[in-house]
Amino acid sequence: MSDSTATVALGAAGEAQALRFYDSGGHHPENGTLLGFWLYLMSDCLVFASLFATYGVLGRNYAGGPSGADLFALPLVAVNTSLLLLSSITYGFAVIEMQRKRQGATLAWLALTGLLGAGFVGIELHEFANLIHEGNGPQRSAFLSSFFTLVGTHGLHVTFGIVWLLALMAQVATHGLIAANRRRLMCLSMFWHFLDVIWIGVFTFVYLMGALR
Amino acid sequence: MSALDTDPAYAAGHGNEDELDHDHDTLHITVGGYVTGFVLSVILTAIPFWLVMAKIFANPTVTTFVILGFAIVQIYVHMVFFLHMTSKAEGGWTWMSLIFALVLVVITLSGSLWVMYHLKTNMMLPSPEQMRNMP
Repeated sequence: MSDSTATVALGAAGEAQALRFYDSGGHHPENGTLLGFWLYLMSDCLVFASLFATYGVLGRNYAGGPSGADLFALPLVAVNTSLLLLSSITYGFAVIEMQRKRQGATLAWLALTGLLGAGFVGIELHEFANLIHEGNGPQRSAFLSSFFTLVGTHGLHVTFGIVWLLALMAQVATHGLIAANRRRLMCLSMFWHFLDVIWIGVFTFVYLMGALR
Repeated sequence: MSALDTDPAYAAGHGNEDELDHDHDTLHITVGGYVTGFVLSVILTAIPFWLVMAKIFANPTVTTFVILGFAIVQIYVHMVFFLHMTSKAEGGWTWMSLIFALVLVVITLSGSLWVMYHLKTNMMLPSPEQMRNMP
């Protein structure tokens, strides 16, 4: 275990370190992992852009079925939005406690973030189950197909974010706030805040504009 | 396993601790920053919901553009206060990739909507009225 972690650490910083020997020392090497993860987020952003475009194109093709104004319960969406927003700031507090090297507080904030995320996914599944139960599933119309694809993809991201969060909590509880775990926590931080940014687009473009039509 | 964080070879040998600490310092993550971002987000979320739910504007098109404006401002707030975006981070590469991604997002969205809107209006089945007047 010790060996493999050391290799990973070398692999990530090995190139930069080899260069650093010839450096005056005033310049710090870039953290390649965070930049790489940011590039992944940008490509994920393009996935969501195409799903938003699909929804934008198909969003008014109701096939004689219900429209967004008939289906969307805005108070529920408002609750969901506040859960995700709250989970963003609790993750922020986890990062701050991580920087203060307080493991217990970090884990507590991470747990709260996970609970808020689970609440978000729970409400979304409840909404989906209601729609499908009333016969307004993805197969009802092009509008509902694109709606389920877009909102469902975001929900899947949040679900996997929670899985990642639990795995990281186990890592932090086992190994403590070592450099590798702090790097991972920063990656998940970007992922989690990125999902909140996507949700701004979803609640504006899908729910609020859908309720206006 | 638990020897990882106390192992001097691991801690000192690769100097990763210092590098990561330095990177975090340059991000300027503070409680104040997060709270400011959170308060701004709450305001920027609450206003669009209120505009739509209370039907403040009679014209839905006006409401649409106003809430889209709020969404863009809120995305900017999240980028700055939660994702800590600056044009200096990672030697400017995060900024460059963000701009590149945004350009692609704008092309994807506006291009799809524009092309498909015209396709739909031009490919619409003719109405009975138009059929009767056909040569």
